[in-house]
Amino acid sequence: MPRGWDGVRGRLSVAGSLFRFLWMYRLWWMIPLVSVLLVFGALLLVAQQSAIAPFIYTLF
Amino acid sequence: MHILGLSCFYHDAAAVILRDGLLVAAAEEERFSRKKHDNRYPTHAIRFCLQQAGIAASDLEYVVFYEKPFVKFERIVKSTLQTVPRSLRLFREAMGSWLVDKLWIQELIRQDLGLPGDRILFADHHQSHAASAFYCSPFDEAAVLTLDGVGEWSCGTIGWGRGSALHLSHEIRFPHSLGLLYSTFTAFLGFEVNEGEYKVMGMAPYGTPRYVDKIRRIVRIYDDGSLWLDLRYFAFHRSSERSFSRKFLDLFGPPRDPSRADQLDPAYCDVAASIQEVAETAIVTMARQALQSSGMERLCYAGGVALNSVANWRILQETPAKALFVQPAAGDSGGALGAALYVYHGLLNRPRRFVMEHAYWGAEASEGQIVGFLQQSGIPFERFERQDALLDRAVELLKDGRVVGWLQGRFEWGPRALGNRSILADPRNPQMKEIVNRKIKFREPFRPFAPSVLAEAGSRYFELPERSRLAARFMLVVPPIRPERHAEIPAVTHVDGTGRLQLVEESVNPLYTALIRRFEQATGVPVLLNTSFNLKGEPIVNTPQEAHATFQRSEMDALVMGPCLVEKRIGA
Repeated sequence: MPRGWDGVRGRLSVAGSLFRFLWMYRLWWMIPLVSVLLVFGALLLVAQQSAIAPFIYTLF
Repeated sequence: MHILGLSCFYHDAAAVILRDGLLVAAAEEERFSRKKHDNRYPTHAIRFCLQQAGIAASDLEYVVFYEKPFVKFERIVKSTLQTVPRSLRLFREAMGSWLVDKLWIQELIRQDLGLPGDRILFADHHQSHAASAFYCSPFDEAAVLTLDGVGEWSCGTIGWGRGSALHLSHEIRFPHSLGLLYSTFTAFLGFEVNEGEYKVMGMAPYGTPRYVDKIRRIVRIYDDGSLWLDLRYFAFHRSSERSFSRKFLDLFGPPRDPSRADQLDPAYCDVAASIQEVAETAIVTMARQALQSSGMERLCYAGGVALNSVANWRILQETPAKALFVQPAAGDSGGALGAALYVYHGLLNRPRRFVMEHAYWGAEASEGQIVGFLQQSGIPFERFERQDALLDRAVELLKDGRVVGWLQGRFEWGPRALGNRSILADPRNPQMKEIVNRKIKFREPFRPFAPSVLAEAGSRYFELPERSRLAARFMLVVPPIRPERHAEIPAVTHVDGTGRLQLVEESVNPLYTALIRRFEQATGVPVLLNTSFNLKGEPIVNTPQEAHATFQRSEMDALVMGPCLVEKRIGA
């Protein structure tokens, strides 16, 4: 998938849809969990794609 | 209006394209990527579909994915959290793939095809299966049954279709899944899950179903078609490594050693026979319920479990269904087709125009490509100007006990080779099953081979009621071979006297029909042994190059591609 601002914006849009889905189906309890998971997911992606990978790896 | 349907990230990735509700092309990704059961985003299959339709991605009105990722994500989070801490590892692994790929499918499609988000749609997994069966069937109205491992939450659904309307009225929800029950036994019997289910089905006739009572202790089947699994015996909902629990092993003993996969240990054959018997009972009960609750007389059926062709035969025998239609790519790849059809008919309410009469929706090699490849590679071949002469030569080889690779036209949609990417042999030779199994396919010796039979001769060789003909077209029923014919076609007669036949119709595949007809003229038998053109663990071939490589790596004797014949010289 192409990187850059367009890719980030696209992913933010999907994340927004996911939160709307959780809200609409009254899955409120999942919102904090999913938020944490998405942050981890973003870190994973950054770790895969960038030069700061070694530093993130040492954090865990 | 062009609609692209996609499936990926779980089992078999695939892409299909519809033009004004008519199917133009459909293919699994594995045929291009050469990775068996490839589940990655189907880049190659998408390109093929667009090329076949002669359009660019920007010409697509809609792209539809065959399931709803957010609902599935919800199910995975909920079900794994319920079994913490034992499911922690499963949770960690699942989240890894979800956070990197699966959640972002809409963005992946948008980036790949350059389409705005509002042209990317998502259909429910079982709605896609149901649509793939009903909208491809020739029926104006029919009951619908879908069964597989699991989609979002559903593991099976019952409903009905009429005209462009499709409604699912009942569902069985995860974890109570017939597909996952069967897969658990597949793993217990030492076969690979999502791949070895056919082997369990092929092994079952060698055993006696003496463990049925034990299996009934871990699964309850109700008259309304529902079922309930006793989760103490299973681990698929909390483990990424094992699908059965210690309690399961206490009941059935140690699992079969996978390295003994080609052995027929009697106790394990009995287990295979027992799970097949229980699965058949459940499927027949569900099919009966689908017909009864909908009040309809015909049945459309899809989902991975619908590839259990032995059970399909029992549906025809034991329910009042007047006809059964099973979509040839009944598993997850077929979801791509169903999702696209569901958008066209179910959402846009367009009238139905398509009936799936055949399964030849894949890529094709032109005569020029075949000849060019053979010439450039310096492969000696004989080119036949007249089709009659080619067929006569092929029949001569088959009659002499040779095994012939056969590549013609577009490749098949779904897991079955139906005469365009097939390995063919003489079914009259009692040694032929072993020859093809051991020397060419390199697969378990107990697995049976399918017979391709001229449609008009079907009832002469099989106990084949009219209502089974639709399913037999796609090799999706296993009827008994007439006892007086067993000795005539021993290579395709399974140990229990059945055969997973393909009825070959001239209107559907004239060349293959002509070949079998000539074989009949030469031998008196209108039947050929037909197995898929691949080696063990590989996808079915697509191109002449792949066909020739497979031909070279096996002990196949001859290869027919288009009008060209390549023969293996003895000692070469």
